Order: sequence, then structure tokens, then C-alpha cells
Amino acid sequence: MALSVNLQIAKTHLLSRKKQSIVAMLGVTFGIAMFILMISFMKGVNKFLQDTMLASTPDIKIYNDYKTDFSSSVTSEYFKDTNLLVEVHHPKPKDVNINIKNAEQIISDIKQDPRVFAVSPLLTSQVFYNYGPVQLNGVIKGVHILDEIRLFDLKSKIVTGRLENLLTTDNGIVMGIGLAKKLNVVMGDMVALSTPTGNSMRLRVVGTFQMGMAAMDDINSYVNISTVQQILGEDKSYITAINVKLKDLNQAHAEAISFQKKYGYKAEDWEVTNASVEASNVVRDVLTIVVSATMLIVAGFGIYNIMNMMITNKMKDIAILKAQGFAQKDIVQIFLTQSIIIGFLGALAGLIFGFLLSYGMSRVPFPSQGFVSLKTFPVIFEVKYYVFGVLFGVITTLIAGLMPSIKASKIDPVEILRG
Amino acid sequence: MAEILKTIKLNKYFRETEVFHVIKDINLSINTSEFVTITGKSGCGKSTLLYLLSTMDNDYEGEVIINNTKVTGLTQNELAAFRNENIGFVFQFHFLLPEFTALQNVMMPALKLGKYKKSEIEERAYAKLKQVQMEDFATKLSGKLSGGQQQRIAVARALINDPKVIMADEPTGNLDSANTDIVFDIFKDLAAKGNTIIAVTHDNDFAQKSDRIIEMKDGEIVS
Repeated sequence: MALSVNLQIAKTHLLSRKKQSIVAMLGVTFGIAMFILMISFMKGVNKFLQDTMLASTPDIKIYNDYKTDFSSSVTSEYFKDTNLLVEVHHPKPKDVNINIKNAEQIISDIKQDPRVFAVSPLLTSQVFYNYGPVQLNGVIKGVHILDEIRLFDLKSKIVTGRLENLLTTDNGIVMGIGLAKKLNVVMGDMVALSTPTGNSMRLRVVGTFQMGMAAMDDINSYVNISTVQQILGEDKSYITAINVKLKDLNQAHAEAISFQKKYGYKAEDWEVTNASVEASNVVRDVLTIVVSATMLIVAGFGIYNIMNMMITNKMKDIAILKAQGFAQKDIVQIFLTQSIIIGFLGALAGLIFGFLLSYGMSRVPFPSQGFVSLKTFPVIFEVKYYVFGVLFGVITTLIAGLMPSIKASKIDPVEILRG
Repeated sequence: MAEILKTIKLNKYFRETEVFHVIKDINLSINTSEFVTITGKSGCGKSTLLYLLSTMDNDYEGEVIINNTKVTGLTQNELAAFRNENIGFVFQFHFLLPEFTALQNVMMPALKLGKYKKSEIEERAYAKLKQVQMEDFATKLSGKLSGGQQQRIAVARALINDPKVIMADEPTGNLDSANTDIVFDIFKDLAAKGNTIIAVTHDNDFAQKSDRIIEMKDGEIVS
């Protein structure tokens, strides 16, 4: 009963000065709306980058890292009997093969692992694409295309042709769209490649793809693994990397460690490979939180001011209420309720406004200059952020309203009533 | 007659710039259904005494006992609950909440007490407004009413919880003679019905018509 009368007083106070209440609400509304907009956009950017990254980065990549271990040298053979200190300046690495020696066994072994979803061998090589007198630098990725499709969502990236054409065409190549444009080739054209070691080969374009990042589309091509082995003059078991896709992306780090231990080759998880993307995600998240928090704090000060003003105006009423037997906690309740109502309604309006802004932004064309394939600004809509928004709004106003409310409850009625 | 309010050696000091002994050793006893007025020159401590009796000011020495309850030493919240149930107030400057209707103002202490259902409280509030002949103005915003009308509503509000004691600080200080007479008649009527009334006033006519006059001078009761 006492609660409802306190609520009624709070409601009457709010309604009797509508303009002030609305101004206080608008502070929260803008704060929350900007929070929603910023977090939806920033998370959209993060998601876009992560998706693009994951579209071309395996969960775990196993490869033979260059070793710069110069602890043994032929000089020690020559001078082994004497008590000399031998120093070798600028040693060069040995001419070692960077392939994975027992690739077949490793692949079949990894396939047994219940946490693994798919495995795909990879053999990459630097190449020059010959275009008349011009040579374009690039990379060819030799893959078993069916395995590769299980690892990455390549099909949706295909612009012309089909990936499966690689299986049916002898010496086929699926090219990045940017590269194809530069070379001025289309489906069915022949393209000449040469390797840094001097070998060369002619391949037929059987498809083009677009990953969305110029860094890939202007450089990469997919071919059969045997084509690369042929151009490098290596045997059928020569591969340089094994890509692994896990059932659970988040186990990559732990799995990578165990693979490295088990097979003796460097195993790198996607988080390490794309540390810079992760770092920029963190920067954006921090930025979002800092800006949103600042705006909410400003809104909080607005509410604090308005509540303080209100309480100064209402000193007499508070004294009357106290004289009638309203206790300190009732007074706190009356004024705190007001700021919570302001916060809650303001936050709700902020959600709607924030949603409209985000929706609007998701419709704005993205001024992409060929670096990324984005038609509109990347914005994601997640209920989670809207729930956070309401919570932030209510908590901020709760804190902002608490101090003035406690001050109000401490008013000495005798001083006011005696005048 | 039953004693409703008693003070034992009541002392109060103002400690602002210098210590000022404002209430000196007051022993007071008021009986049920007495209509008591406290008079005296301004600054004699009569209002201060009333606020001590009202339990709103609890910075004093001595004891106050109201309706057999020792209120001295109770916490602020206990005092608030005690006031709500046992004491009705009328102030000099009407002091209604201006955003609420007359009826809402009257109902408020009863809603706080929560002894009756809302519909019953509304009925009772109407009855109290009728008692002060203000039932026609029940739905008017109290801020829109005249001073005399507001003061009558304030009296109705003081009555809503059927308090044992009604305290009034210069209840007619701001009223014209017609309204003063109305308010006095209401008080007189209430006293006849068994309510105890303690009013501070400097209106001698008003005081003369009450049952008992307590005259104060320099913080002491002189008669």
C-alpha cells in the first residue's frame, strides 16, 4: 500500500513537469541510441573482418618453419682438436626442403581425431603470371579441391566457372578476380606461369573467385596440388602445409599445441595467424565501450542535475510528506522511482532510436575502393546489445538519482515548515 | 480524564552561533479531548515546543510521552510511523501538495498507513472533506484553491487517520476572519467529539475561546 502511494507521488511529480522529465529522458535516449549504433556497427565490422579472415585462414595450419639453428657447423669438424674459439660471421641457412616429410601419415592420423572436422593438404608457390612482356607477382595454392571446399566456404566466392572444374580439366586454374582483370583473361583462356626457379607452365582458366579483400583477389589462384608439384619439379608426396578445420573453433589453440608436440612441425592456430585482426577488434571494442560510457555518464549528470533541481523545488513537499509520517525510505523511494522511470523510458526510446539509426546505417552504401567487397556498412543486430543498453541506462540513472534522493530524505522538516 | 500527552523536564538548546536555551524544564500534561492553545510573544519558544511535541524535532533533553508511548529515543523511521498514525498536522501556510487534487491530498496519509482498502480510504476522505465543507472541491487541484479552502482541506487531511492528537501551528495566522471562524468551529467540534487539539497561536480571540491557554515566556510556561 505504501509502495503504491509512493509510486503515485512519483508519477504525479513526473507528469506535472513533463518538459523537464522529457529533457532528462532524452539525455538517456541519445546515450543509449549511440551505444546501440556504435556497438552494432563496430561488432559488424569485427564480424565482417573475422568472416573474411576465417574464409581464408584455417583453424590450424601445420607447416615446416624455417629453422635458424646454426649451432652446428662444418668449421667444428676442421678445428675439433684444437682449443680455439671459432666464430662464423653471417651464416646462411642450409638449403633445406620446407616440405612436410611424412604428410600422408600425419593427414590420416589427424583425420582420426574426433575434434577435427576436415583436413586439407596445401602446397603453395610464388609464381609470376606472364602477361605479354609484363610479369605479375602472385601465389598459386595447390589443393585437393574437394578437401579445400570442406575447409572454406569457397563456393559462395566463385564469380565465374566452378571449382570442380579443377578435377575435370588438366592443368586448370581458378583465379582471383582482381588478378584475372589485370591479366585480362576470362574463362577458357590460357595463362602462362613461371616460378622463381625458372620453370614455367601454361594453365587454363576454369573459374574466378572474389574473397572480398584485394590482398587475396589480386594475388591468389587455386590449382590442383599435382600442378604445383609438377611446376616445382617435386614428387607426388611433396606438400608444404596441412590445413585443419575443427568442429569447435575455440579449441584451436589447445589443439595446435598438441599437434605441434605430436608431429614435430610448427602448428599455428587462427588467432595467432590473425593476431592483428584480433588486436584491432579489441581496439574497436574498447573504443565503443569508452565512448558509450562517456555518453551515459553525461546523461547521468543530466539526470543528477534535474533531480537535484527538482528536490530543491520540492523541499516544502518533502517536509509535508515527512510531517505526515512518510519515512526516509519512502522519500528515497519516491525520488529514486522517478529517476528509474526516466532511465527506463529513456533507455527504451533509445533502443528504438538506436535500432532505427543502425538500420539506416546498414542501408548506406559503403564507399569501398576495391579493398573490400562491401555494398553497405556492416551492421549486426543482436538482442544482447539491446538488453545491455537497457541495463546500462537503468543502472546509470539509478546511480545518478541515488544521491539526490538520499539528500532529499535527509531534509529536516522542522526547518522548512517553520519557515 | 485520561492523560494523552505528557512531557517530563523538557529542555532544548539552539546551538548555532551561541548556545541558546530555548525550552526550559517544561513539564506539561494534556488530557484527552482538551482544546489547548499555546500563546506567547514571538521568540518565546511556543512553536519550538510544538515541534518537539510533534516528534519531528527530536534534538532535546527530557521525555515526551504521547498516548502512553514514550517517543523519546525512537528512531526516525519509527517516529515517522508513529506520526502517521497518531498525530495530525495543520500548518500556518496550508501546505498541501499542489500537483494533487484535494481528495488525493487528504487520502495520502491514509494510503501511507495502509490500514484500509483504497476504496474505503476514498470514502473516508470524502467524509472528512464533508466535515470541513469542502466536498465540492474534492477533484480540484489543490494548487488552484484559495488559502482558506486549502487550510480546510489541510484540516481534513490531519483528520484522515483519526489521530489521537491534532497539532496546529498558527492554523489561522494566514486566514481572514470568516475562514478563521470556520477553522475554529471545526476544531471546537472535533474536541467535543473526543479529539485532543494543541494549537500554537498569537490570535488572542482564538485562544480565549479554547479550553485551556498555556502562556509561554522565555522558554517557560507562565500560566
